[in-house]
Amino acid sequence: MSTTTLTKPMLKIENLHAWYGESHVLHGINLELAEGQLITLLGRNGAGRSTTLRSIMGMVDRRTGSIAINGEEFITKPAHRITPDGRIGFCPEERGIFGSLTVEENLMLPPAVGPDGMPIEELFEMFPNLANVRKRMGTRLSGGEQQMLAIARILRTGARLLLLDEITEGLAPVIVKTLGRVIRDLKSRGYTIVLVEQNFRFAAPLADRHYVIEHGEVVDTIESGDVESSMDRLNHYLSV
Amino acid sequence: MDPMIRLILAQGMLGLNNGVFYAMLSLGLAVIFGLLNVVNFAHGALYMLGAFLALILYSYAGAWVGLDALHIGFWPALIIAPLLVACFGMLIERFMLRRLYKLDPIYSLLLTFGVTLVLQGLFINFFNASGTPYPGMPESLRGVVNLGFMMFPKYRLFVIIFSIVVCFVVWYMIERTRIGSRLRAGTENPELVKAFGINVPLMVMLTFGFGTGLAGLAGVLAAPIYSVSPLMGANLIIVIFAVVVIGGMGSIAGAVVTGFSLGLVEGITKVFYAPAANTVIFLLMVIILLVRPNGLFGRQG
Repeated sequence: MSTTTLTKPMLKIENLHAWYGESHVLHGINLELAEGQLITLLGRNGAGRSTTLRSIMGMVDRRTGSIAINGEEFITKPAHRITPDGRIGFCPEERGIFGSLTVEENLMLPPAVGPDGMPIEELFEMFPNLANVRKRMGTRLSGGEQQMLAIARILRTGARLLLLDEITEGLAPVIVKTLGRVIRDLKSRGYTIVLVEQNFRFAAPLADRHYVIEHGEVVDTIESGDVESSMDRLNHYLSV
Repeated sequence: MDPMIRLILAQGMLGLNNGVFYAMLSLGLAVIFGLLNVVNFAHGALYMLGAFLALILYSYAGAWVGLDALHIGFWPALIIAPLLVACFGMLIERFMLRRLYKLDPIYSLLLTFGVTLVLQGLFINFFNASGTPYPGMPESLRGVVNLGFMMFPKYRLFVIIFSIVVCFVVWYMIERTRIGSRLRAGTENPELVKAFGINVPLMVMLTFGFGTGLAGLAGVLAAPIYSVSPLMGANLIIVIFAVVVIGGMGSIAGAVVTGFSLGLVEGITKVFYAPAANTVIFLLMVIILLVRPNGLFGRQG
């Protein structure tokens, strides 16, 4: 396991444990990333990747350890302070589009967390599909539209640290390609991104570093430059 | 005008006047149920509390502070009483209901039922069970207006118009504004709404306060019409539940439209067969539940 330590990490997680009720799901996660970096959390279903994101968001029953964002400790913060104080944008696995709200209402729902959120018009440029369905109810969107809306929704708030959970899951290849372009664009604009991904081919060209999670622990860290030489290991981790 | 039509219109107006209270109370109940999934059985008692606060402000508050000549009238009461009821509602939410959210909804129903009994008991103890008339009806709303087919009390006309405006504003706020979209989102997925940085527990408390405040407002409006009595809410709450069930649990528009309509139906039934007026609502409830189990405006669940 790599032990490189960043001089000034934007997000630094140490020894993170998390519980759902009685069940102990995370067993000491350690990871870090600097501003403008993109890391992926790889692993099999149920390994604890989504739970890692949900723990950062305070969406688990109990968590211990340390979650520092720009040096500030977040482990004790109440759930509703985490997003604004950390300038986080969270895109949950099930996408979290509100069915009783229109596309526009969904977009406007999360309160701003920083000064430089993307204006609506720019978001509609980035996701032209959404512009045509502005007034449509959330329940009547396709999977791809829902995913784009879930990403657009957090870009509007001015979040700088994006936690994206399985954004390509179940989507058509053409949509996955669009999302890849969007993520690359976001990275070039300096967003810091944590990507939980099943689709390694999607994640590989985007990431600075990959964390492999198994049974609630980081079992391996692979820098992007070492991916080629680590393919055997990766295949082993990700094989079903 | 044909006397029969005249009679139907007249009874319709009186029915509408009852419908006002059905609509306002079921509206608050729907707001609370929609967001909190709590069946607020105390709603009738909070309506009664609103009426009593108006009465107390007018007849007692002055004497309590040593100013016998001070009568806090209807207009100030229309603002003060609902606010006090809302605060009381928020206290109930903050210190009692909040502990029960993780349990079966039957617990919150029982709790609010208990609150009802306590409130009724207290007021019976201090004011006895018979009604007290509210003397504070404003001068400007006394007298009658000629509607063409009947002479109608000015105050009742005011209550109908005022309530329609309140119901519309509440509906608009919830269905069309940013605050409303947060409430609706909070109903669907409170965890995610919290993760977006919205203080959901605070929002829930304020919503409960708002819903109960509406009950208090209805109570103040009712005070000059019906006599103020500790059991005035208990008599109404059963009808209100029928309205909410017919309209569709948690549907704002359903509560309002059904409330006014059932008032009308009840009033008009009096023209044809007066003894059935009290039963017709429940008969309708049975029929509608058989045909549309989710109520007229309920989402198919």
